[in-house]
Amino acid sequence: MKPGFLAKNPSVLAFLALLALFTLAVTLLSTAYGAEIVSTSMVKTLGKTLCLCLIAIAMDLVWGYTGILSLGHFAFFGLGGYMIGMWLMVARTREIVLASAAGVLPMTPQELSDAIATQIFGVVGSSELPAIWHFAGSLPMQLLFVVLVPGLLAFLFGWLAFRSRVTGVYLSILTQAMTLALSLYLFQNDSGLRGNNGLSGLQNIPGLAADQDHLSVWFLWASAVALGLGYLLASFVTSGKFGSVMRGIRDDEARVRFLGYSVESYKLFVFTLTAVIAAIAGALYYPQAGIINPAEMAPIASIYLAVWVAIGGRGRLYGAVMGAAFVSLVSTWFTGGRAPDLTLGIYTVKWVDWWQVLLGLSFVLVTLFAPKGLSGLVDLLAGLRTPWRGGTPLGPDDGSLREEEAVE
Amino acid sequence: MRKFLLALSASLCLALPAPAQESAAPAPSETTIAAPALTGLAAVIAGNAEAIARPSRQTIGPVVAAIVAAGEGAPGFLAAWADKRLGQRKSDGAIFVVEKQGADYALSDPVSGALAGTAAKAEIAEIKPNSGVRGLIAGALVQFQLSDPDPAQRRAALEALAREGGAEHLAPLAAAISGESDPVIRAQKERLLGLLTIRFGATPAARVAAIEGFGADMGLDFRAALNPIRATARAAFDGAPAGNVAKELRPGQGGFTAEEAYALLVAQGLAPKRLTRADLRAALEAHVENGAVGGVPLAALDDPAKRDAAYTALEAAGAVPAAATDDEVANAVAAHRYAEIYAEPEAAVTTAAAAALQSVSLKVDAMQGIDLGLDALSLASIYFLAAIGLAITFGVMGVINMAHGEFITMGAYTGYVVQLWIHDYTASILVALPLAFAVTFTAGVAMERLVIRHLYKRPLETLLATFGISIALQQLFKNIFGTQARPLTAPDWLDGAWVLNDIVGISYIRIAIFVLALVFLGLYLFVMKRTRLGLEVRAVTQNPSMAASMGINPDRINMLAFGLGSGIAGIAGVAIGLFAKVTSELGSDYIVQSFMTVVVGGVGNIWGTLAGATLVGFLQKGIEALNPSNTLAAQTYMILFIIIFIQFRPRGIIALKGRAAGD
Repeated sequence: MKPGFLAKNPSVLAFLALLALFTLAVTLLSTAYGAEIVSTSMVKTLGKTLCLCLIAIAMDLVWGYTGILSLGHFAFFGLGGYMIGMWLMVARTREIVLASAAGVLPMTPQELSDAIATQIFGVVGSSELPAIWHFAGSLPMQLLFVVLVPGLLAFLFGWLAFRSRVTGVYLSILTQAMTLALSLYLFQNDSGLRGNNGLSGLQNIPGLAADQDHLSVWFLWASAVALGLGYLLASFVTSGKFGSVMRGIRDDEARVRFLGYSVESYKLFVFTLTAVIAAIAGALYYPQAGIINPAEMAPIASIYLAVWVAIGGRGRLYGAVMGAAFVSLVSTWFTGGRAPDLTLGIYTVKWVDWWQVLLGLSFVLVTLFAPKGLSGLVDLLAGLRTPWRGGTPLGPDDGSLREEEAVE
Repeated sequence: MRKFLLALSASLCLALPAPAQESAAPAPSETTIAAPALTGLAAVIAGNAEAIARPSRQTIGPVVAAIVAAGEGAPGFLAAWADKRLGQRKSDGAIFVVEKQGADYALSDPVSGALAGTAAKAEIAEIKPNSGVRGLIAGALVQFQLSDPDPAQRRAALEALAREGGAEHLAPLAAAISGESDPVIRAQKERLLGLLTIRFGATPAARVAAIEGFGADMGLDFRAALNPIRATARAAFDGAPAGNVAKELRPGQGGFTAEEAYALLVAQGLAPKRLTRADLRAALEAHVENGAVGGVPLAALDDPAKRDAAYTALEAAGAVPAAATDDEVANAVAAHRYAEIYAEPEAAVTTAAAAALQSVSLKVDAMQGIDLGLDALSLASIYFLAAIGLAITFGVMGVINMAHGEFITMGAYTGYVVQLWIHDYTASILVALPLAFAVTFTAGVAMERLVIRHLYKRPLETLLATFGISIALQQLFKNIFGTQARPLTAPDWLDGAWVLNDIVGISYIRIAIFVLALVFLGLYLFVMKRTRLGLEVRAVTQNPSMAASMGINPDRINMLAFGLGSGIAGIAGVAIGLFAKVTSELGSDYIVQSFMTVVVGGVGNIWGTLAGATLVGFLQKGIEALNPSNTLAAQTYMILFIIIFIQFRPRGIIALKGRAAGD
């Protein structure tokens, strides 16, 4: 009998249950719907963390399962945020303009769009809506763009890169270059997306009269639903034959190719799919953050993403989620200045200054000593151990026998 | 009490000289004796005392000319006049150079400078020529300065003329050339005469001759003299265009739109203004009656067509002035002719200027190309220096060292710390270079021992582990040295630039970096091709297991190669720190370009790195030259180009072939 989906992915039920429990708990403790123990800003932080977990799943698919170390997925995350941000800005500015309109005549469409453009682009010394904002007034179009624009970019980039068989560290550098190029482009004032001012005021949803307390909880729900669906989708993709091919590509690309699989198509599909997931995560993240600017898409952000997934444990979806949630929450705690200073005799360690050092070093340690990351703890609980091959290798190559193996 | 004393003494002072003058004035014998002595300048001054005392721009010209012609003593007198140091004695109108001395003036003779006693304040009227007159005087003075015995004075006068020369300086300048003994200053004078003639020459023929005399000279001053001649302005004409026409314009052709044509007509008062949207709105709002304008209800007025209709209705009712309709605009535009008119009226001069600019611009373009090439070369050497260490570690071990940028920073900070102790900049740089190598070599070896050797089988994880070290080091630098930039000062002999002409120039620091890059290229080649270490490194690069079988210890080679690469990064850091700001982010500014250099060039080959650095450097400068206002765009396009380049040569310009190339 073929095992069912849930049998092949025992973690799905547990994960969904935990996620639901978490969301329920936060809702019941929130200012809007319950005990007012969890502050609204904390709810927002948790909601944003859920979005980061979603993009971590995307990263795990592309790196942990397919072996493509992409240092560019935060570019797609940011692009998704920009796409939804354009609508939020235009729609909100329209409300403001209409509310503050002076004069007895109703505004013509031209006057209205001029007024909106002046409001939005005044900071970069322009008063015209660039062509890319043509559809910014329409929510369905911008929602479509959230998926389409990053998806197309990823498809194009992936097609170019995989077609010419760029692999390994080369590909990592190339994706990093792509992110850098994109963020440098967006930093220009005449890029049409307000240069380094970015888009702001995104936390207000036009047409909704709800306050931030309620809005933050709604976004938490939306993020939780997206994360749950993303987890399901990722489990589905990785559990079947497709997943086997993905892992095959990770372990030995050439062999999979010689077995007759079109490695490039698989890679391209995974790359584009994960870009779309990243974009959706971004579109949910930035309305909670309230502001987006090109610095968010700098290469360093994508590298941090890889760090989360590595610390959480690659090749397992729950590992990625654990890593993203753990590192980003701990990072918020340390850099937020709430961590108590550590007094070491003559020197006082201020965590705001030393957190990055700690993160960097612990990252090195995890890579060296715990390649499974946090999800190794789950293995430990389940009593799983890696077999001990024994001794040092007898030769310098990968498959060389080790001392104790050779004795047997 | 003190006030009283002061007043008393002042009145005494005023009173005292008066009898003396009264006694002098009626003594005709003195004037008659002095009269024959009045020759030259003194006579001119005496003869024009009134004009000198109350000069006006219109009438003073001949007087200044006469003073100049008088020779001896004129420069001093003119200078005193322009500096408002002259005064006129009210009693007899005599002119003196005056100097305040307490409450009195000390007088001295304007010609000889001999002291001529003192006079009370009330006796003297200070002469204060206005700025127009002062300009005239300064112009007259220039010719004296131009033949001043002191070369520094002559140069200063030439500089002043180059800034604000005028037509009146042509003759004195021409006269001053023949007597010039210094060949350099003589050449400067001749050049300046040519430039002034171009602008202010009396006849068009003289100006054209002056322009042609320069040939294809590339001096900025020559182009600056030509450009105003070529300046044009657009104008509309009722009939045929008048004046020195550069080009006739037709609306709708060659970037000259009908809108612009009509705006020109409005600006020249040949046509009424068009109704702007804001004016339309204001006019409509002013005529709202019973919730409607011109019979159109207010609520419908969000449609531009309805607004026009309402305005037309108001026009018909005579409530608003008629505005130009589209038809009228089109007719007005068609009824006129348009042209670009030179501000310079002489056609011969503008033609000669155009021809000269044409030949100059070719040469200037070539020179700018050379200058750009030098810039690109220096950028390429910087990238080469930054990337060569990376190329060694990447090429030999296949390890991407993300902390490479931090090693560069570490080298720069080593230079800064050395300068804290050694204050002589030359000595400190000489100490800093080897010390930076030692520090980063040690750091590199430590990193290889502690981290990288455990990850050789997992290259992607090496990338991440070294990234962890990178962020830790970066924050550590911030904690130790702070976030502000630290100075790393170059020695004096590296200041300044090697200037070939007005266009081509390159700073000595950049030349030094170029030389340093060459030295490292040579050093690398020597170590790799001529030493035992190089042989072993090459063996391990090609096939580690075979090298190990031949008795080479790959661990040791890896360690040394990594140390070497890191050490070179440290030296590059000192070099980069000399011209860039030393901050904790210094290295990360160069790291992506270094990766690009290595990836584009190809791994494991120094010539590849060289080719990559050259390509990236020239590309970046080239794109910047096409779009000079926007360096961000230049970087964007460069990265895009590299992404596409990788499509065609995925293993870089110079790729390893055979089994050594790996999978």
